[in-house]
Amino acid sequence: MHKALVAKLLGGAIVMFAFAVFAMPPLYRLACDVLGIGPQQYSAYEEAAAAVDESRTVKVQFMSTNQGAMPWVFEPAQFEVEVHPGERAEVAYYAKNTTSRDMVAQAIPSVVPISAVDYLHKIECFCFERQPLGAGEETDMKLVFFVDPELPKSVGTLTLSYSVFDITDRVASEVSLN
Amino acid sequence: MAHGPAKGVTRWLFTTNHKDIGTLYLWFSFAMFILGGFFAMVIRAELFEPGMQLVRPEFFNQMTTMHGLVMVFGAIMPSFVGLANWMIPMMIGAPDMALPRMNNLSFWILPPAFLMLASTLFMEAGAPNFGWTFYAPLSTTYAPETVNYFIFAVHIMGASSIMGSINIVATVLNMRAPGMTMMKMPLFVWTWLITAFLLIAVMPVLAGAVTMMLMDINFGTAFFEAAGGGDPVLFQHIFWFFGHPEVYIIILPAFGVISEIIPTFSRKPLFGYASMVYATSAIAFLSFIVWAHHMFLVGMPVSGELYFMYATMLIAVPTGVKVFNWVSTMFRGAISYETPMLFAIAFVILFTLGGFTGLMLAIAPSDIQYHDTYFVVAHFHYVMVAGAVFSMSAAVYYWLPKWTGRMYNEAMGKLHFWISFIGFNITFFPQHFLGLGGMPRRYADYALQFADWNMVSSIGAFIYGASQILFLYNVIATIVAGKKVSEPKTWDGANGLEWSLPTPPPYHTFTTPPDASVIEENSTVAH
Repeated sequence: MHKALVAKLLGGAIVMFAFAVFAMPPLYRLACDVLGIGPQQYSAYEEAAAAVDESRTVKVQFMSTNQGAMPWVFEPAQFEVEVHPGERAEVAYYAKNTTSRDMVAQAIPSVVPISAVDYLHKIECFCFERQPLGAGEETDMKLVFFVDPELPKSVGTLTLSYSVFDITDRVASEVSLN
Repeated sequence: MAHGPAKGVTRWLFTTNHKDIGTLYLWFSFAMFILGGFFAMVIRAELFEPGMQLVRPEFFNQMTTMHGLVMVFGAIMPSFVGLANWMIPMMIGAPDMALPRMNNLSFWILPPAFLMLASTLFMEAGAPNFGWTFYAPLSTTYAPETVNYFIFAVHIMGASSIMGSINIVATVLNMRAPGMTMMKMPLFVWTWLITAFLLIAVMPVLAGAVTMMLMDINFGTAFFEAAGGGDPVLFQHIFWFFGHPEVYIIILPAFGVISEIIPTFSRKPLFGYASMVYATSAIAFLSFIVWAHHMFLVGMPVSGELYFMYATMLIAVPTGVKVFNWVSTMFRGAISYETPMLFAIAFVILFTLGGFTGLMLAIAPSDIQYHDTYFVVAHFHYVMVAGAVFSMSAAVYYWLPKWTGRMYNEAMGKLHFWISFIGFNITFFPQHFLGLGGMPRRYADYALQFADWNMVSSIGAFIYGASQILFLYNVIATIVAGKKVSEPKTWDGANGLEWSLPTPPPYHTFTTPPDASVIEENSTVAH
């Protein structure tokens, strides 16, 4: 008499487990995309460039953060640039592996204010790829972007911030898994 | 056919009897209550004065984490499962739980789970130290190695809860005596039925969350790690999707207990029975759509903050219905103030206070001020301790004479109540002030301006802790040498099928279902 009910309840529990593991992460990513929050733009912007709006100037600021015990020197080559919406700008971040071992890093971008997230288009960015640096090596990492002319009038300044993570161990374990 | 229990320890190991398993759950949860209480005493002793006195900050963090985990998963949840085991079959006229062998299993996997969790205290890496909410990356990237024991323990607790809940749903839906319709069930049975559905829905989500942690820590996935394309904020969403229904899982059975006790000692049927059922269902539904009010500071869009703020405040409506009904039940009743009633009245007052501070925290702009301060600690101890634990104390005093056939010492019971009530308020009321003054939670030390109220709070905690020893003594003294009682109704105003049984009830009850007339006579629902 209880079998059918127990099977239904147990089935419900299994569905909820699957929902948590397999549905919630993609749903979260979807919600972030729709709302323009969370992890942002991981690949190059590919639509045609817009006309340059020379009547407006927007200030773009650059920041950097080392996550946890990440020992690299990691900083923007210049802390801010002024651009016209639609105008391409090229800047660089400087990185140096100060340790005596080969390392791999990953930079994760973030833009504030939230209302400007959809209007900063990265055409080329070091954050699209992993950054391997040998012991003591240094490099300038390129970033090419433009600000969409549709940027809301209320936004005069954008801040683009990168957090750099040490992913050496993660890469090593992926290689050994393959 | 009717036979007594087996002799010796095998009675408890192999039992499939709902009363035995209920007793096991109740004693286990009391043991966990003492253990979690001991951790709380370490916390309050360290916070007695500013500066570091007794423990190192690392150990303090382990204490706050273990206190929360042990109290929520070891003390409060199993205690209500124990009560459900004892009372639900007797309240609906069933001979036992629907799945007795699974019942045995769901209890006996709990002690090993908590043994494993507690054993981490003696390991070199130390116990989990990331708070009972175990936010990633604190609980993944930066966790001590013992986090794997914690994950496995949570899996086992989840399995136990899910099995227990399936059992309760099957019992309530399939085992009711003929004539015991859904809308004649005592409210305790109703609240547990709804709680069981909540548990089946969200314990797997908790299991999913810790499984993802396990994968991130040991198998190179990146659900919660930004470096690999994941997001720590995702963890908070998943955790609170479980965590918010969880707080109602804790409090709904307490609502049920209070809804049994207040009518008995007011000598009136419960006011608004049907509205109580609907209010409980409404609270259960709303609990699924408000989780992000725990996360107002993660950087949600304003529209999200507004939605979660208003949805949360909506819960005050069905909760208000319940408080109104309890007060209306007491209104013009012939009230007497035995120990269970004292705890029940204190529950109504203090839980409502905790509800009000909950409303303050629901207001997003205010929460930005209160977030992660002692105001939050005060809020949830008003609903967890004065809510769940007080109602559990009330339940034990209320049904102990029925269970054992012996009366507890009323004077000692009242003394326990007053010491608990005063001790509790001395402990937690000043924590509102500390929180509004800006003292953050989960720190081993604090700024000097918080010294006075922290000392007061610690003194209150020692008083409240000591009062539980009195409780333990009273219960043991009752079982061993309490005055024998044999009339079916311990309380003259009591209603419900359990009071139609002899006192103490035989090992097997309702082997034949009660008559429809017995059900009618003993109904808790107003005719």
